[in-house]
Amino acid sequence: MLPTFEPKILAFLCNWCSYAGADLAGVSRFQYPPNVRIVRVMCSGRISPRFVLKSFQEGADGVLIAGCHPGDCHYSKGNYYTRRRLTVLGKLLEHVGLDPRRFKVKWISASEGGKFADVVKEITEDVKKLGPQNSLKRVDENE
Amino acid sequence: MKSGQEKVGAVLVVGGGIAGMQSSLDLAESGFKVYLLERSPCIGGVMAQLDKTFPTNDCAMCIMAPKLVATGRHPNIELITNSEIEKLEGEPGSFEVTLAKHPRRVSSEKCTGCGICAQECPVEAINEFNEGLLPRSAVHIDYPQAVPLTFIIDKTVCIGCGICEKMCKANAIEYDQAEEQQKIDVGSIILALGFDEFNPEIKKEYGYGIYPNVVSSIEFERLLSAIGPTGGMVLRPSDYDIPKKIAFIQCVGSRDEQCDKSYCSAVSCMYSIKEAIIAKEHTEGLDCHIFYMDIRTFGKEFEDYYNRAQEEYKIGFTRSRPASLREDPETKNVIISYVENGEPKEEEFDMVVLSVGIDAPKDAITLSERLGIDLNKHNFVSTKKFSPLSTSREGIFVCGAFSSPKDIPDTVAQASGAASKASSIISSERGKLVAKREIIPEKDVRLEGARIGVFVCHCGINIGGVVRVPEVVEYARTLPNVAYAEHNLYTCSQDTQERIKEKVKEHDLNRVIVASCTPRTHEPLFQSTTSEAGLNPYLFEMANIRDQCSWVHMHEPDSATEKAKDLVRMAVAKARLLEPLKKATLDVKRNALVIGGGISGMTAALGFADQGYKAYLIEKTSELGGKVRHLHYAVTEENPQDELFALIKKIENNENIEVFKDAELLSIEGYVGNYKTKISYENLEKEIDHGVVVVATGALEYEPTEYSYGEDRRLVTQLELEKLLAEEKINPKNVVMIQCVGSRGESVSYCSRICCTTAIKNALQIKDQHTDAKIYILYRDIRTYGFMEDYYQKAAEEGVVFVRYDVDSKPKVEITEGNLKVSVKEPNIDEELRLDPDLVVLSVAAIPDPNNEELSKSLKVPLSKDGFFLEAHMKLRPVDFATEGVFLCGSAHSPKFIDESISQAEAVVSRACTILSKDYLEAEGVISIVNSDICSGCETCILVCPFDAIDKDDKKKAKVNELLCKGCGACVAACRAGAIQQRCFTDEQILSVIRSAFQEVEV
Repeated sequence: MLPTFEPKILAFLCNWCSYAGADLAGVSRFQYPPNVRIVRVMCSGRISPRFVLKSFQEGADGVLIAGCHPGDCHYSKGNYYTRRRLTVLGKLLEHVGLDPRRFKVKWISASEGGKFADVVKEITEDVKKLGPQNSLKRVDENE
Repeated sequence: MKSGQEKVGAVLVVGGGIAGMQSSLDLAESGFKVYLLERSPCIGGVMAQLDKTFPTNDCAMCIMAPKLVATGRHPNIELITNSEIEKLEGEPGSFEVTLAKHPRRVSSEKCTGCGICAQECPVEAINEFNEGLLPRSAVHIDYPQAVPLTFIIDKTVCIGCGICEKMCKANAIEYDQAEEQQKIDVGSIILALGFDEFNPEIKKEYGYGIYPNVVSSIEFERLLSAIGPTGGMVLRPSDYDIPKKIAFIQCVGSRDEQCDKSYCSAVSCMYSIKEAIIAKEHTEGLDCHIFYMDIRTFGKEFEDYYNRAQEEYKIGFTRSRPASLREDPETKNVIISYVENGEPKEEEFDMVVLSVGIDAPKDAITLSERLGIDLNKHNFVSTKKFSPLSTSREGIFVCGAFSSPKDIPDTVAQASGAASKASSIISSERGKLVAKREIIPEKDVRLEGARIGVFVCHCGINIGGVVRVPEVVEYARTLPNVAYAEHNLYTCSQDTQERIKEKVKEHDLNRVIVASCTPRTHEPLFQSTTSEAGLNPYLFEMANIRDQCSWVHMHEPDSATEKAKDLVRMAVAKARLLEPLKKATLDVKRNALVIGGGISGMTAALGFADQGYKAYLIEKTSELGGKVRHLHYAVTEENPQDELFALIKKIENNENIEVFKDAELLSIEGYVGNYKTKISYENLEKEIDHGVVVVATGALEYEPTEYSYGEDRRLVTQLELEKLLAEEKINPKNVVMIQCVGSRGESVSYCSRICCTTAIKNALQIKDQHTDAKIYILYRDIRTYGFMEDYYQKAAEEGVVFVRYDVDSKPKVEITEGNLKVSVKEPNIDEELRLDPDLVVLSVAAIPDPNNEELSKSLKVPLSKDGFFLEAHMKLRPVDFATEGVFLCGSAHSPKFIDESISQAEAVVSRACTILSKDYLEAEGVISIVNSDICSGCETCILVCPFDAIDKDDKKKAKVNELLCKGCGACVAACRAGAIQQRCFTDEQILSVIRSAFQEVEV
């Protein structure tokens, strides 16, 4: 048994803004909890709802999605699709019993290293309070 | 000195700001070697200091960083930083330049940019990049994204303690580096020195440097920046308190004869509005107030930005130039004394921002003497209206703020334009000095199981000081498919690249993983190593265990080590599924179609011809020349008609240009590099094959419905007046000109940019012909930006009367008993002014051509909400469309002056040459592909694609045009059938990464 619950959170970040923001957090040495694992995609518009569902299914205690601020998308409008798609997904997840604090969609620019660190802190603290995520986790060992 | 015969296929670009970078990238991509010279230790210029950019509030660093990286690693660009020009010899086509390279004291070959030296350096010095608001160490870089990422020791503050030398694991510190000289041979030179800020200490009445809460606009920009001294918090310097009320004072060091700056800085109105908006966004309840003389929001969509600042952000605007500032010694608040509507007033603010003007660069005079070029009276480079990019010396060109104050898009357009001019004189040398690409045979790995090599980097102590690297390597060895793993002190060092290649051979590896820093900066390096090792470069994957692990968990070595293991495991899961990618290639038809035979289209066509490419110029009327045909005077001394006819003659005598008059575009098919277009002309039809398209269709003059226009022959537009003056048909005694007819909220919401200067130009012309004529110009704001301000002053001195009116009480024009009567209410004197002119001139708006809509549909390019063509990016891609291969210039983009149209037209040539000069076009590797067996033909992907890269094939299935796809993957997430996959980011790969984040995944 672990003395305290250390959640595991997956973050999907777009290459141009949010991944760069996460790098800047490093360059600026902003410290944040080591609970997040980052998956890089070229555009947040690539993030299929399936990735989020799969993450929760595999046992993620939280999922963070971040892309360029609306209007700043490197591919001009990818993040608008993200916004629409993931708003619907968020509502759906809530409907099936997932606490909305476990799923966050944020806009983080390449110069917002501090914001990235803050967002990670926030979701980690929230998820820590909520405890392990079991509502969507796969129970059957054979997929 | 060389003999004048041999030309050199290389260009020297002086200045590494956004302009220098743009020129360099264009030239390097069109087959020329570039030396990019920068006097400071890194490139980036002023734009690197900016937080956001107007009018889109784009993050400056976000949009600039890709250009920084591209410039830094382009094989055809040699960066020479911390250096200056000493001497110039030779002639156009073959210059020899002597450069003085100042010692950096850190080896650029060895420094990895890890930054340990700066952390340990005991010295605190003034940080110029953060405008002195934060200290820096003696060994430093300007900003985290700096290119080149090589530190520099500031000898003036270094105490020689030797700590950095001891700390540097790469042995990069070289205290004894000496001054060096370098001689380079180039064919032409581009000056992109930019500008310096006006020093507000000169204006003593504002107390800058005395009152701590009076700051300059560029200091304020650093306060707004998330990577600035306060991390983006707006704090006032005296007590680091959050201000509640901030004032901005415009024209500090602009439009001010007293400090010898008579010209307008052109950008300060917009940047102050931007700073006020961003400050309000950063600080709840903040009150912002702008004191101004005229608000000059003349650029594309600037007026909307100004309106939003007032309506949405409730920013206050007061038309007054404050006389002085004083400080409340107790609160350190600043009290502004000013006069409004003739009444003296005072108001207290927590903080005051001085919107400082744009000065010529400090080294302008020395440099101009060394290069033998002329400066104007303001110490900017002297240029001409019809050759805005040429200096007085042949072979030396200029762009950006160094020729006149200007904003980023105008600067970027000029930078591309200067690249076109600079390369046209050496176009015969294209491709002769550029790096040749070596072709290495690739091993076919498709039928092999994955054999992965993992290279884990210590990055000196950056990773190794936190993450237990050997433990990560041990762990990697246990993972499925990992055939080899090792750790390196610096995986990016040259000797490790060789080592990686050896290990690939020794262990028969077919996938490579590097666990180190970020793919954003280092992936290309490792990909090329992978490629040199005989593997497809896409068989490479990175795990970011520094920027996103050791640096952010510095005090948690256990958790950081576990996280590093997870990240390596996730990279292995992805690498196992990586496939070799071939980039699609396609031939290029090396000629251009230019639509529109005005000044922009003709300049572009001639530019293509000078570069050695054929241009087809189509003009819908029976004559070349466009709107300039109707211009008889320029505000400067040039004669537009002479210049125009000289240009037309050049076009008609150029065998590389084919002109079609009375022409119409019937259809256009194809994509970048390969267009097929049908046109009709003079009752004939023709099919043209071409590689690029240029939209240069100009704008139209608005036909006014207001002010009784059309009811009397003495009511004319500025263009009609110009004709009357040229024909000497009138003898006006009493002239009234009315500004903003149609513009700024009437028929169109934008400012038409050119009408203020045009009115002043024609007023001066009337004065020239009829000295005793009385002229009144009724205006809302006079927008004579840049050096055009001097003509506003001249007109005022010659007795032209400027009367301001409010938008709510417009002038009235009446025709009573055959007499013209104009009445107007000047807001400062509460009385109506009644005038009896014999001529009323309306300064009408420039409006988009209604045909734009159809053209935009055939070319599949967008229009702005105002009906002008909409470029790919308002700041950094002013003449490109998002659709590759299609470009725009001139007033089709938005209203503009002749010199601005010419600059844009030259820019188009430069941008298009990056396509036309290629032997073949290469697509992105990471693109989308359709599995047509699964595709249901629903067309969702077609709707979603931002680049119009997807079409239907003859079986009604989606088909991706590999050359247009930019690899965002939006279509993949949108596909309902799972029929589209993005290479390198397939569902299978990402799902495997997700799964491996929680457990080891077997094959």
